[in-house]
Amino acid sequence: MEKTAVFKNKLLPYLLLVPQLAITFVFFYWPALQAVWQSFLREDAFGLSSDFIGLENYQALFAQPEYYKAMGVTVVFSSLVAALSLTIALLFATQADKNLKAAPVFKMLMIWPYAVAPAVAGVLWLFMFHPTLGTLARPLRLLGFDWNPLLNGNHAMTLVVMAAVWKQISYNFLFFLAGLQSIPRSVLEAGAIDGAGPLRRFWTITFPLLSPTTFFLLVVNVVYVFFDTFGIIDAVTGGGPAGTTTTMVYKVYADGRLGGDLGSSAAQSVVLMVIVIALTAIQFRYVERKVQY
Amino acid sequence: MIRRHLNLAALLASSLVLASPAYAVTEIQWWHAMTGGNNDIVNKLAEDFNASQSDYKVIPTFKGSYPDTMNAGIAAFRAGTAPHIMQVFEVGTATMMSAKGAIKPVYQLMKDAGEPFDPNNYLPAITGYYSTSKGEMLSFPFNSSSMVMWINLDALKKADIAEIPKTWPEVFEDAKKLKAAGYTTCGFSNAWATWAHIEQFSAWHNVPIGTKANGLDGFDTELKFNTPLEVKHLQTLIDLQKDKTYDYSGRANASESRFSSGECPIFLTSSGYYASVKGTAKFNFTSAPMPYYPDVAGAPQNSIIGGASLWVMGGKKPEEYKGVAKFFTFLSDTNRQAKLHQESGYLPITKAAYEKTKADGFYEKNPILQTPLKELTNKEPTENSRGLRFGNMVQMRDIWAEEMEAALAGQKTAQAALDAAVTRGNAMLRTFEKSAK
Repeated sequence: MEKTAVFKNKLLPYLLLVPQLAITFVFFYWPALQAVWQSFLREDAFGLSSDFIGLENYQALFAQPEYYKAMGVTVVFSSLVAALSLTIALLFATQADKNLKAAPVFKMLMIWPYAVAPAVAGVLWLFMFHPTLGTLARPLRLLGFDWNPLLNGNHAMTLVVMAAVWKQISYNFLFFLAGLQSIPRSVLEAGAIDGAGPLRRFWTITFPLLSPTTFFLLVVNVVYVFFDTFGIIDAVTGGGPAGTTTTMVYKVYADGRLGGDLGSSAAQSVVLMVIVIALTAIQFRYVERKVQY
Repeated sequence: MIRRHLNLAALLASSLVLASPAYAVTEIQWWHAMTGGNNDIVNKLAEDFNASQSDYKVIPTFKGSYPDTMNAGIAAFRAGTAPHIMQVFEVGTATMMSAKGAIKPVYQLMKDAGEPFDPNNYLPAITGYYSTSKGEMLSFPFNSSSMVMWINLDALKKADIAEIPKTWPEVFEDAKKLKAAGYTTCGFSNAWATWAHIEQFSAWHNVPIGTKANGLDGFDTELKFNTPLEVKHLQTLIDLQKDKTYDYSGRANASESRFSSGECPIFLTSSGYYASVKGTAKFNFTSAPMPYYPDVAGAPQNSIIGGASLWVMGGKKPEEYKGVAKFFTFLSDTNRQAKLHQESGYLPITKAAYEKTKADGFYEKNPILQTPLKELTNKEPTENSRGLRFGNMVQMRDIWAEEMEAALAGQKTAQAALDAAVTRGNAMLRTFEKSAK
């Protein structure tokens, strides 16, 4: 038996890989390298002058107390969003998985929010909870609760977390539902015959069998909160009050686009990139061990 | 053979057809950030100009909010597809100015195109903002406004307040009375937090925001608005915030509706709010000059402008510049400016348009629209009240607002917040200075 004789042509496999590699390089590595290069430059907004300044952007960045504050905000924001959107979506998915008549309608309704752009989602929540415009904020204030996301950092954080979670639930829901439906009924029925209650069945059978999906969603959600939420934050709070909702990715946007400081913005994206790569690596290294495929 | 000739003929014909309109009309792209009624005004201006002659065609394009429009323009410039005219809000001035080569100064444009142009015809309170220290006009003023105090007259009556407050102590006192009269959630407030309490406040009291005539005379400027006067003012706001005699309404103008809905009876915001409040308020209202502290010598001084101006981008063809220059002459026309001012609520940009509006008796019927003009021309501008020009101003405003918010939320004292705002702002100015040289 000769194993290596399957592909006689040595070049062909590489040739077949070229389009894929080219796309990956052009759309992923090239921009990333650009960001790294730009983080060593000092450029004006118009790109008329640029100086190589080495690590100055990074030094300035790590000398800013606001940057550490943004890191703290990011940790709080991302853990809240990831945890809430996963648990709520799982709860909804288990309900939709039951043999209800209304299940198809329920599923469709659940998927809708995903079609909404982040900024629109933000504005939607803003219209409900803006202290003066808000349709829900006014009754809240009339009831004597001093709802004030313009000055109260906790209120502002609650607002952006709600908006970000709401936006992400649909996505998680879809995957959880698919995961749930691939669990063989016979296993659950066997458990039921053996006298296990619904909760017991969920924790000992369903949840472990769902772990590949959960792990995948965890990774996706972390990436989502780190990179995809600045539209919501910009629309709802603009990073305020007093920086309590300025996450790292929002700071990249604010410094680069609003401030025209592309060097610092690039340096921040590089830091962010490193953090997310590290997080993903940790997830794969340690969390994945608990996953049963 | 025949077919080849036919092809050639077809090619020639098609190239002629394609080329001819380009010879006839030079297109001028105009990117702007005007919404609602002001968007209609922009489109109407372009239409009228296009109908008035056949050589040029101005094409207005809405590009989103002020920062969005500016970012779109900068991105387009980097990609080599900048528009000819770009509307940039006043806080973007330093960024545009420092971009030598990216812009074509208006005074240069008018001179090159041989259009009649005398900067003295324009209101100095407005053009000072957009001119070099030598008086060379860099951008063309378009929509200018200033900050005024909007007053709910019915509320004042309800609280037994006979006169519109003129000074800050009167505002504080009246706000307490208004609170007692039922305006429990907001005695007075403002939009554009830093514009109201740092930028306009400093000019109005003739104290500097920064050195070098607030940056107008050079980018090596340093902020200095953490003086006892500003600290006292912010500390008062902090104290009044506790029981909502003053209630913070955010950094931008999303909360302006607090005035028109009747929640906040005294509200500082742009004079450009006129059209909106006129359409929605169900009570008698008026505008009054911004309040001041009577114990500050020389106060009130004069206010500074807000709004936006038109910048001409660099690297375009001479005939295109000629069209832009003709368009600016068209915009400067007295009747057109007077009408624009009276319809939009923005300030007239030429002295002649102002005089005409006054002579027509417009202000007797609409005193509200004269308030910002009275403020701007209250006194001859000083170093501290000519305007301001700081690099990265868009983001710097956010930083200043962050610090104000921290103070108003009770996390910092007024002194600590303003010190931090100055220190963080100075760091940004240094970055800007290095990149702009």
